[in-house]
Amino acid sequence: MSRKKVSGLAPWEEPGSVAGRIGKGGVLALIVLAVLLPLYTIVLTSLSPAETVNRVGGLVLVPDGITFDAYRQIFSDSVVSRAVLVSTGVTLVGTAISLGVSVLGAYALSRPGTLFHRPMLFCVLLMFVFFPGLIPTYLMVTSLGLKDSYWSLILPSAVSAFNVVVLRAFFMNIPHELLDSARIDGAGEFRILWRIVLPLSKAVTAVIGLFYAVGYWNAWFNAMLYIDDTRKWPLALVLRSYVVDSNPLPTATVGVNGFGHVAPPTLAIKMAIVSIAVLPALLIYPFVQRHFTKGVIIGAIKG
Amino acid sequence: MSAGTDTRSVTRQVRPGESPAGPAAGPGKTPFSARLRRDWPLLVMAAPMLLLVTAFWWIPALGNVIAFQDYNPFTGGILGSPIIGFTNFAELFGDPQFLRAVVNTLGITAFQLVFYFPVPIALALLLNSVVSGKLRAFIQGVVYLPHFFSWVLVVAIFQQMFGGAGLIAQILRDHGYSGIDWMTNSDTFILLVTAETVWKDAGWGTIVFLAALSTIDQNLYEAAAVDGARRWRRMWHITLPGLRPVIVLLLILRLGDALNVGFEQFMLQRSAVGSKVSEVFDTFVYWSGLRTGDFGYGAAAGLFKGLVGLVLILVANKVAHALGERGVYSRS
Repeated sequence: MSRKKVSGLAPWEEPGSVAGRIGKGGVLALIVLAVLLPLYTIVLTSLSPAETVNRVGGLVLVPDGITFDAYRQIFSDSVVSRAVLVSTGVTLVGTAISLGVSVLGAYALSRPGTLFHRPMLFCVLLMFVFFPGLIPTYLMVTSLGLKDSYWSLILPSAVSAFNVVVLRAFFMNIPHELLDSARIDGAGEFRILWRIVLPLSKAVTAVIGLFYAVGYWNAWFNAMLYIDDTRKWPLALVLRSYVVDSNPLPTATVGVNGFGHVAPPTLAIKMAIVSIAVLPALLIYPFVQRHFTKGVIIGAIKG
Repeated sequence: MSAGTDTRSVTRQVRPGESPAGPAAGPGKTPFSARLRRDWPLLVMAAPMLLLVTAFWWIPALGNVIAFQDYNPFTGGILGSPIIGFTNFAELFGDPQFLRAVVNTLGITAFQLVFYFPVPIALALLLNSVVSGKLRAFIQGVVYLPHFFSWVLVVAIFQQMFGGAGLIAQILRDHGYSGIDWMTNSDTFILLVTAETVWKDAGWGTIVFLAALSTIDQNLYEAAAVDGARRWRRMWHITLPGLRPVIVLLLILRLGDALNVGFEQFMLQRSAVGSKVSEVFDTFVYWSGLRTGDFGYGAAAGLFKGLVGLVLILVANKVAHALGERGVYSRS
């Protein structure tokens, strides 16, 4: 904790004791390390050459050579590359559907006093207090013929009541004089939503989109329930099977690959799968993160 | 848990903000046909959402009638299966595995109330005391991150850290100690589950508390400091009372959510530690209903959980509202 920060204190605020400040800095450093160290060593191991991984006998902490063999191996293998495609497709299509349906629904619910406003709102709010149960939901999805269909990964979880309510709270805070004047100028509801409401709610829409996208990318349970066909597995199921349960990858056999190199060790391959699963969150996160505290959450809490 | 509790605090507090926006005449003043002519675009907009909610919420919710049936999907379906009243429920309460699931669920809730719940509060206080804005934003960015990882990923990461072949065991072995496999030790499972929850969600959980901290009037601190109150006294007499409404609210909502301890986390680790310690409400529904094909029985367990949860949440909301009205709103 440097001098500079002490100067940021209010004039009446006494600087903490040196020991206290060192202690605080130490705790914070440990917390940051607890999040970042696992990610660091996992990514590093996935990039380390076979000799390094075998010499260490586990996860690599000190970099000693970089190779993309593990990734090359994974993407030459149809199981993982197919799963990445499935997960990407489900995430893109699912997020688009969820965001569209939720924005439309939230806007429709943002004007008390309109026709059927209360019953429709009730319909959504009820989702907070009661979960219909796993078995009836499962029977519904299967009776719609969605078993082993990608739609089973999207439709049952397409509407999140929480996200709809957050969007609605934002839409309701838009000054209605703005909407009224547009209406007087002859704009229809769709045009108002598209031209006025959405441009004013970019931050919240981005964050809600992230929530949905993360949900789809991470979804494991629905896939476990509804997808039996291993060729349709999303990444989460592959991750579970090959990394958590340590089932052998079908083609990632030990031996020599086409280039005459030793095939990458199983651990590096596993860590490469984990890295791929983490990657999208890491990529999008910095762009959306700054909206979290200022945008969505505080706004939602203050109503 | 944080997402779940945030959720409800949101619904509760959105209502007071409702204001008549747009061409909202009071119901009854305008004839129905005129309102329909005016509002039909909104109904069209709501239609896809309502369709999805009907298909995957209302119909399954009503489909719970199979809990009162000897349901057989092949011979009778939902219309043809014989109605057997409360037989499934009677059987449920005599099932030792079900009782174990109840005990485990409540035990984990109680344990995490003590060892998880205070962590985000402490972390928020710690973050709030970081003076440099940039450093604070960086640390916040880092601690929010694991919230966006799936449980599969979190379990995989913990396995690589604490498993028999994990990093900790590896370092211990290098120094001549024998490694411990925390991932398959059923005695310490509750610690493992709580540690995973802390790692994943404690950072994200600070958001609510940081928001509450930012609303505390800074003049209070200055006045207290002028009166000679040192750092800890200011925290005790200003910061903690300022956080109290939020803490009370979240605590009550968590109690209302007592039967929910998560599902994926326990499914994923079931084979490693055994069902004795990892069976919770939701996993019981899955194994008793889907795995054995006894749909009516599983639905009964699910319905029981849903109804108890409904009652708990409504009671908790009532209590929170009573306390919240006094606490949360009095300042603003």
